[in-house]
Amino acid sequence: MTPDRERLDQLAVTWRDPPGLRGFLTTVDHKRIAARYIVTALLLMFLAGMLALDMRLQLSVADNTRMGPQLYNESFSLHGSTMLFLVSVPVMEAMALWLVPLMLGTRNMAFPRLGAFSFWLYFGGVLTLWVAHAADITPDLGWFEYPPLSGPAYSPGHRADVWAQMITFTEVAALAASVNVAATILKMRPPGMTLARMPVFLWAMLVASIMTILSMPAIMLVTSMLIADRLVSTHFFVPATGGDVVLFQHLFWFFGHPEVYIIFVPATGFVSSIVETFSRRRLFGHNVIVLSIVSIGALAFGLWVHHMFAVGLPRLGNDFYTAASMAIALPAGLQIFCWIATMGSGRLWLATPMLWILGFVATFVIGGLSGIMTASAALDLQLTDTYFIVAHLHYVLIGGAIFPLFGAFCYWYPKATGRLMSERWGRVAFAMIVGGFNLGFFPMHLLGLMGMPRRVYTYPSGMGWDLLNQVATAGSVIAVAGGLVFVANALVSYWRGAPSGRDPWRGSTLEWASPSPPPPWNLAFTPVVRSLTPMWDDGQRQVMDGIAIDRREMLVTSVMDATPLYRQKSAGPSFWPLLAALAVSAMFIGSIFTPWAIVAGALPIGAALTGWFWPERHRAKTGPLAVRR
Amino acid sequence: MDRTAMKRLALLSAVPLAGCVGIQSPLSPGGDQANALHDLFVLMMIVCGSVYLLVVAGLGWAILRARRNALIPGAADGTGDRRRDRGVLIAAGAIVVGLTVLIVGSFIADRALFATGGQGAMQVRVTGHQWWWRIEYRDPSSGRWIETANELHLPRGRTTRVSLGSADVIHSFWVPNVAGKLDMIPGRRNVLDLTPRIDGWFRGQCAEFCGLQHAHMAFDVKVEDPATFDAWLARQAQPAVARTDTVAARGESVFAGPCATCHAVRGTGATGRAGPDLTHIASRRSVAAGTLPMTRGGLQGWISKPQALKPGTGMPDIPLDARDADAVAHYLAGLR
Repeated sequence: MTPDRERLDQLAVTWRDPPGLRGFLTTVDHKRIAARYIVTALLLMFLAGMLALDMRLQLSVADNTRMGPQLYNESFSLHGSTMLFLVSVPVMEAMALWLVPLMLGTRNMAFPRLGAFSFWLYFGGVLTLWVAHAADITPDLGWFEYPPLSGPAYSPGHRADVWAQMITFTEVAALAASVNVAATILKMRPPGMTLARMPVFLWAMLVASIMTILSMPAIMLVTSMLIADRLVSTHFFVPATGGDVVLFQHLFWFFGHPEVYIIFVPATGFVSSIVETFSRRRLFGHNVIVLSIVSIGALAFGLWVHHMFAVGLPRLGNDFYTAASMAIALPAGLQIFCWIATMGSGRLWLATPMLWILGFVATFVIGGLSGIMTASAALDLQLTDTYFIVAHLHYVLIGGAIFPLFGAFCYWYPKATGRLMSERWGRVAFAMIVGGFNLGFFPMHLLGLMGMPRRVYTYPSGMGWDLLNQVATAGSVIAVAGGLVFVANALVSYWRGAPSGRDPWRGSTLEWASPSPPPPWNLAFTPVVRSLTPMWDDGQRQVMDGIAIDRREMLVTSVMDATPLYRQKSAGPSFWPLLAALAVSAMFIGSIFTPWAIVAGALPIGAALTGWFWPERHRAKTGPLAVRR
Repeated sequence: MDRTAMKRLALLSAVPLAGCVGIQSPLSPGGDQANALHDLFVLMMIVCGSVYLLVVAGLGWAILRARRNALIPGAADGTGDRRRDRGVLIAAGAIVVGLTVLIVGSFIADRALFATGGQGAMQVRVTGHQWWWRIEYRDPSSGRWIETANELHLPRGRTTRVSLGSADVIHSFWVPNVAGKLDMIPGRRNVLDLTPRIDGWFRGQCAEFCGLQHAHMAFDVKVEDPATFDAWLARQAQPAVARTDTVAARGESVFAGPCATCHAVRGTGATGRAGPDLTHIASRRSVAAGTLPMTRGGLQGWISKPQALKPGTGMPDIPLDARDADAVAHYLAGLR
């Protein structure tokens, strides 16, 4: 159904943001917010990558004194904390924030202001960590900050406080984003998109969000306990007075293990979308893939102890966690099998996004298999805390999540900008990044097996580690250069790229129905869905009528079978999310320096939330809902 | 498959490693525990390596087949999916079988680590400090604890039960050639069994990040035949015998000042407990937890500028004049 001029004009008036800076600060458009999120995360990926390169240079020669221990420890702490807390998890949430409403054919997220709040709070966390870095109070105890090393006795000063508080409030942002994504996927689906007709991408985002909701409280709890030890002298982690340092590890990994899958599961959504489109056939084993994702989500909570095999917990218990950890290879393996079967039985188009998926399979499987090795409670006693683990975790996180993310970036770039990225430079960047990555990280497996521990700022000569370290450094230089080609390609294509039109890849799902770039209201009509791949199957599209276009209004459907329930007001631009995020950030940053900031900071937060939730009246003015062609 | 064949396979699977695995590597095991883990590693390499080859082959198959499909109209409409449905079941079965093999293998290796149950084992207590190792042997005849630091001696063929603890933060005890690592956690004691089978020097290193100088927290391990070990332990149990020349005497009296606050030398007035026990320091192989070789020059360098060699170490820069520093180094170099 083609919208008429009048309808589009009305939608433009209803959904527009205030002009200029005011619009920038108050917008609740999920695409604008998500774009900011993604750009911030990619910028941080670059900065943290530079830290990694710096560390690689330091390690390329034995007995190197270029970087002192303090600077090195700060570098790996900042690298890890940034990559895990401020890049990987947020960028996946941001992709969901951008894509979920488009793929649902709805106008915005279920809680538009919560989306804005989540970004501003995340941005506060970013500023906290990196301003602290500029002010030389960089955390220096790793991304895990085990006590008692991070306790008041062994870490005077504010470095550990910065880390703990930054984590606590950044995770509030992650929780807000996840609640929003889960609610949107469950309640804002278009009529007819039953759970069985939900694309894998939406399943993946739903599972990742629920995992976030279940696991983030653990890390927020443990960082709060740590800060309590440090600020007000509680004794949670002080062994001399009955505290237990291992408690910290349990809580940390109860979050930390699922986190890996919170990063990986959305990537399986990207892979599924791209494989389907570029194989030109419906995903083989759709149900197997969905069940795999759900079971990965469930299993991920039962195996955090495999990060603690060297702690000296009871051996029999460790064997249970070995079995649980290895069990996850079943769903993960089946997924891979289904993707390969889809490619093999379709007509494969090897455009750049698809190349990234091939790179993903070839690389991630190495990480998965080295994961099986480290999942063994016995063998882990040789492997853990060595460079084998450094190799393993980068194969899983970069190979398993960042490669699909780059593929997704290339795949949805024309949708977001209306232009195509250069295919030739895309291939160059792909070859450099994947080649450089493997050259850089594969030797680390060998280094670990040759006894090189991780987190050492230097090592003696004569250990036989020199050559492999140099190869690793060379590989990372190539990968970073490839990253620069990738970014340059994205920037140049933004202005110079060939116009892409609405659907350059002939995609299968609803986001391709909207114009490129999508307007603030996404689709002129709310579609009615009849299959898993509506863009391929639904020649004559049906739409839902009766939803107002002169007010921000969205359709709410039922959870199981997406039958239309009612229309709901959707919040417009507002300063309150920004102010609330400011108040929360100020309280947490203040508490780094004095516990009284918690008391004083509660007031502005209360004021901001009161403004945010001030009740408004909303009366229905349009007629009943109806399906029409 | 017998053990040598498996080892050969392991070496084949890790060709770049051949020849460069050394004194701190799980790939050249010299003890029962490290052997068990090495065998498990070989099993893992065989299973996981085959799986990887299968996946890459599958990927190649998919690309070739998809090219062919592109030429045949109607080939990509999901025909043949029923056959592939069965494929999913077969793949699932194969994965489950593979995992079961690995889980059982892991379980068996895990049991092997503590197979002796500590029966008749020699007892050693190792305590992690930022950034050095306190090591105490229980004298089998007198029951006394004999203290030394940063160097562990083990009798070949006997099992030593090491009790691991920490004086400050979490460290991890790791001698990869002999056994896997185990954490040293304040408020807890972990035990690890070591049954070395090959004589020689090995190297251990702290494996859990423990602060600024985590990189410089290593120690030497000497595996020797039991008679040599017993003789060594008897010698360690004795108080120190200093050289009797005037420089050594001067060194000893200087040492009794600032140095003795932290360091002990049994048989003298020095009884400090904050730093490593130096009673027989000259008999050790390295200085400052594996940072420098044990020579007179090494000692002298360490005494004169510890903060430059190992920034942040607990040993402060002590302003000694050149002759005093020289005398202390001479004195320590005589404590064999």
